[in-house]
Amino acid sequence: MAAGVILPAAAAGCLIIVCCRKPENSGRREPEQKKQKPKMEETGKDPKLNRREFLAKGLRVSALVGIGGLAVLTVKKSLAGETVWQLDPSKCIQCGRCATNCVLAHSAVRCTHVYAMCGYCDLCGGYFKPGTKTLNTAAENQLCPTNAIKRKFVEDPFFQYSIDEPLCIGCGKCVKGCGAFGNGSLQLQVRHSICVHCNQCSIARSCPADAFSRVPAGKPYLLKQITLENPK
Amino acid sequence: MKKARVILLLIIVFTIPFMNGYGVQRFPKPDFETGYVQPETLQPSARSEILAVMDVVVLALALALVSWLVIKKRSRTGVFWASVFSLAYFGFYRQGCVCSIGAIQNVTLALFEQSYVIPLAVLAFFILPLVFTLFFGRTFCAGVCPFGAMQDLVAFRPQKTDPRLNAILGVIPYIYLGLAVLYAATGTDFIICRYDPFVGIFRFNATFGMFVFAGTLLISGIFIARPYCRYLCPYGVLLNWVSRVSWRHITITPTECIQCRLCEESCPYDAIDMPVTDGNPEERLVTTRKLILICLLVPFFAILGGWTGSRLHETLAGDSPKVRLAKTLADPVKSRHQPETFEITAYKSSGKPLAQVYDDARSVLRQFYFGGWILGCFIGLVFGIILAGRLLTRYRTDYTPNRGACYSCARCVDYCPVEKNGLVKMES
Repeated sequence: MAAGVILPAAAAGCLIIVCCRKPENSGRREPEQKKQKPKMEETGKDPKLNRREFLAKGLRVSALVGIGGLAVLTVKKSLAGETVWQLDPSKCIQCGRCATNCVLAHSAVRCTHVYAMCGYCDLCGGYFKPGTKTLNTAAENQLCPTNAIKRKFVEDPFFQYSIDEPLCIGCGKCVKGCGAFGNGSLQLQVRHSICVHCNQCSIARSCPADAFSRVPAGKPYLLKQITLENPK
Repeated sequence: MKKARVILLLIIVFTIPFMNGYGVQRFPKPDFETGYVQPETLQPSARSEILAVMDVVVLALALALVSWLVIKKRSRTGVFWASVFSLAYFGFYRQGCVCSIGAIQNVTLALFEQSYVIPLAVLAFFILPLVFTLFFGRTFCAGVCPFGAMQDLVAFRPQKTDPRLNAILGVIPYIYLGLAVLYAATGTDFIICRYDPFVGIFRFNATFGMFVFAGTLLISGIFIARPYCRYLCPYGVLLNWVSRVSWRHITITPTECIQCRLCEESCPYDAIDMPVTDGNPEERLVTTRKLILICLLVPFFAILGGWTGSRLHETLAGDSPKVRLAKTLADPVKSRHQPETFEITAYKSSGKPLAQVYDDARSVLRQFYFGGWILGCFIGLVFGIILAGRLLTRYRTDYTPNRGACYSCARCVDYCPVEKNGLVKMES
């Protein structure tokens, strides 16, 4: 709250600086003295010159104190390291704006597969379009518009799904499917190898679910993890 | 047994909603028999933090170098090459983000929002140029800021601009600063970053609108030097204030002005104050009247501005997602005929009570009401002061750079014959 008081006060202080200076200049009939001159002449002779210098010095010191104060106030709340943008998959509603609203033409948000959560289903809700009859890799069966999910047979009846990251556009269609019918192991994340770290993320601005936040760069991912034990 | 199962089921059903952030294991992970090894989920780390430290170090070094070039060396060539370096490093290599201009918003947000922590590097980007300006004038603008450098490099045919037009357009940065602080303080948006014309150029991926904006600025910048710095830059407002009381500042002539008028046309930014000596000095009565008028005018403008700002608070808050959501929810008739927006889907899935949505919106509106008053007062005050500045006559004998408006680009230095004729050496 103190911050809320000090900033307007600092602004007011700066305004007073501006206010004070103009009438001060206007009142003077004498032509403005140059900075070098007082060194050459005896400065004691002209009281107005001294006053002007005194005022400038005072304002300079108060400006320094102001900047210092601002720094101290914010340093208390600052973080030694960087922050990066990340989206919280538990808030995400897979609206598809991540794919289109990034400043990069090919969004930095991509699908991430948490293998530890995957059920390795044959009928994968993230891979197949709803109502697919034959479970094969035919293009018309795939939910992914860019064929970025690779389905690989592991052993009967399990299949491994992996994301071909360069192909993924971050539309979230598979995430929606997996969340609706499966374990939710497919999750959207900002990939920090791609992200250009804008000061204000333009996807965050348009995220309808308020899922984006700044996280410490040391722990840059917010992946969902499983908690329920494997009931075996 | 059946009862126990029902209770267990109930417990599971009721705990699931509270386990937000965790997955639901509908299908257990299979036990593979073929020795299948589960791949790692790759999590590429964020960019190295050493880069951020390096940015700050380069910023400090560049500021020191340009200040030395301007104050001690008095070298336009040096400043030129420094600005080429800054454009290459802060602009095209670091892609213009984080910049000092945008850091205003981070600092504001850090002051107003409890949960926001500001990275030290961003804070340094905000503070360092201000401190250097306080000591040496706006050397940051001269050759460190990539935006300034870019515009400085395209200013091929600078024309004189009308001082009245300059004064009017000069109000825009104050409005921009006020709006940026208001939107950042309320946590609504970072408008400086949103409407940043050059970052799209640095990244070679500008949207069409921003490309047109940047193109307009750069092309008009050939004739009207540094249009963004002069008529838009909100950080320039702060630097202007600080520079007025700077410890040292670039001077056109190293010693005495010989009134040769050679520098008169040298400044592409109209930042050289001409001598005002001739003409009869004003009557004391006239000056007193002017001062009284100013004393009445400035508070009048401030209050008028504040009142207008507070009237506009709903319009200003219209950009806040919280207010927008509450408005959509409060007006079901209008939204019934349209497909459900993602915002409403997200609201429904979040399980937030309606009353809380309205409360949130109300508190945002209240913030904007007070913010509107402060913003309006500020703009009114600035308007009044600029008007007052134009009413007053200031007398000076020499050609001096206007400390507030001068970007310390050191062009004028090259025009001064005093240095070239070796007069400096003679005197010292």
